[in-house]
Amino acid sequence: MAEEMRIVLRNYGKINPLKIDDYIAQGGYKPYDKACNMDAFELIQEVKSANLRGRGGAGFNCGQKWQFAHQAQADQKYVVCNADEGEPGTYKDRMIMENDPHALLEGMAICGYAIGATKGYIYCRGEYPQVVTILNTAIDQAQEKGVFKNFDVEVRTGAGAYVCGEETALIESLEGNRGEPRYKPPYPPSEGLWGKPTIVNNVETFANIPIIVEKGGDWYASIGTPAYPGTKILTLTGDINNRTFFEVPTNTTLREVIYKYGGGIPGGKKFKAVQTGGTSGAFIPENLLDTPIAFDSMSEIGAVLGSGAVFVLDETRDIVDVACRISKFFEHESCGKCAPCREGTMRIYDLMTKINGGKGSKSDTALLNKLGRVMSYSCFCGLGQAAPAPVLSTIKHFQADYDAKLM
Amino acid sequence: MNRLTKYANLINDLKEKKGGIIEAFHAIEKEYSYLPEDAIVEAAKTFNVSTAEAYGVATFYSMFSVKPRGKNVIRLCESAPCHIAGADEVFDALKRELGIDVGESTEDGLFALELTECVGQCQATPVITINGKAYLDVNPAKIPEILAEYK
Ligand SMILES: Cc1cc2nc3c(=O)[nH]c(=O)nc-3n(C[C@H](O)[C@H](O)[C@H](O)COP(=O)(O)O)c2cc1C
Ligand code: SF4
Ligand code: FES
Repeated sequence: MAEEMRIVLRNYGKINPLKIDDYIAQGGYKPYDKACNMDAFELIQEVKSANLRGRGGAGFNCGQKWQFAHQAQADQKYVVCNADEGEPGTYKDRMIMENDPHALLEGMAICGYAIGATKGYIYCRGEYPQVVTILNTAIDQAQEKGVFKNFDVEVRTGAGAYVCGEETALIESLEGNRGEPRYKPPYPPSEGLWGKPTIVNNVETFANIPIIVEKGGDWYASIGTPAYPGTKILTLTGDINNRTFFEVPTNTTLREVIYKYGGGIPGGKKFKAVQTGGTSGAFIPENLLDTPIAFDSMSEIGAVLGSGAVFVLDETRDIVDVACRISKFFEHESCGKCAPCREGTMRIYDLMTKINGGKGSKSDTALLNKLGRVMSYSCFCGLGQAAPAPVLSTIKHFQADYDAKLM
Repeated sequence: MNRLTKYANLINDLKEKKGGIIEAFHAIEKEYSYLPEDAIVEAAKTFNVSTAEAYGVATFYSMFSVKPRGKNVIRLCESAPCHIAGADEVFDALKRELGIDVGESTEDGLFALELTECVGQCQATPVITINGKAYLDVNPAKIPEILAEYK
């Protein structure tokens, strides 16, 4: 198997995640002490110079976001960790939290110091009860040892709604409401949880912070591609020999991910398609595999890096059936707040069921194309905007598969 | 202790948590496997929201049920990676073994069968969970043995 670059997962398998002393013995919580001896503004400049961009999917510059919250004036601010991880095919945040919970807590505490927040929340998805236990153990140990200077963290549990990964929906859910997205602006760094300035970052984003503080922003910025530096943890699923996870620099290409790290397709079969970024991402054919996984390179080919899920299909797979299954996901997960998504996801699923069942015609794929285009700009949040992507990309790149099913 | 006092106690333990109604619902489901009407009304009072809002929350999240259901909640993941790994066959085996369809509970009140989207254990598909515990790389042959753990 090809060599990985483990930065976020540097302690994976080397420490007992339930023992804070193990983490401290590896140099843990030293970066936090270092951060607290820096001027908060300088600390943010350091994070900015790393050019770390959010690992939750949207790719927003982390230091920039922190600066907004730092500058906001308020009696109370919050640090929120997005551990909702609802994207099908994704489990990288779970790997971090199960194996190195303190890396996350340390990243959150550093953020708290940087923006002036004394309270943090981890919103952990309801499907991970065992992770909640690990996080609570880690928090108790950190408090007992007194490692946090002026900060405390509480874990809250989600209850099975994909949309709650969207940051404003997550905030609504933390407040005890239905997890429906809020209108933006105001953005959470100025008005978030209970109307206070709030930073919402992904687990992997926070887990990158301690090492950036330790080794410096320039060091980090030199890894991977300049526009989206660092590493990314990928989870490989589907028709792939190594159904596992890797951490690789962001200039790694999709072909390397599938053949070098993933060990290729099982049973000597040929590659057909890969869906990156989880269920909301596009399906990509063979001729685009030399694209680096970095955020912008993926956008250029109409795909997304997203959460880092990589789902591979071999030549024998029925891609129309898979796209149909995915359209059911969106129909089910649409929160119903806005009509283009509520009605649109339902119509996509109807049309895909019809086509998949051999009862569709050319006019149905034309309708899907039009509906998908309208949804991509008229839906209220990213869920509805991205929902058509798997269907539209398969119609585009795998037309023969559709033609074979049309009447 | 009667049922009502028991809900009240469970909810009361969490009343200091700002916005903690979802945590309260989790606590109630752990005990009863669903959210009884009285418990929702009680939670609304404690967290100072209208009963309608409390119902709004209870019905928004897929892990909550306002309908009574079997004690052990079985969820089968039907997201794409599990789907292509053969989730359908596992589903058929579960239905056969339990004699119920999705959204139903067995007559003895022991099991409820539900579908779910990805539960984040995609390294070993297909996956089912029972009361949150994940079973990996399942296949129809493994189902009777897994269910036996709960009988
Ligand atoms: C429908 C939807 C689901 C999302 N789910 C997640 C998620 O599970 N985890 C996550 O970190 N971000 C998720 N996001 C992105 C968040 O809205 C937000 O961009 C992110 O938490 C910011 O953190 P980051 O900058 O560290 O990536 C989702 C966005 C949308 C539109
Ligand atoms: S796009 Fe879909 S998920 Fe987003 S607000 Fe509209 S209905 Fe809800
Ligand atoms: S796709 Fe089934 S557990 Fe993730």
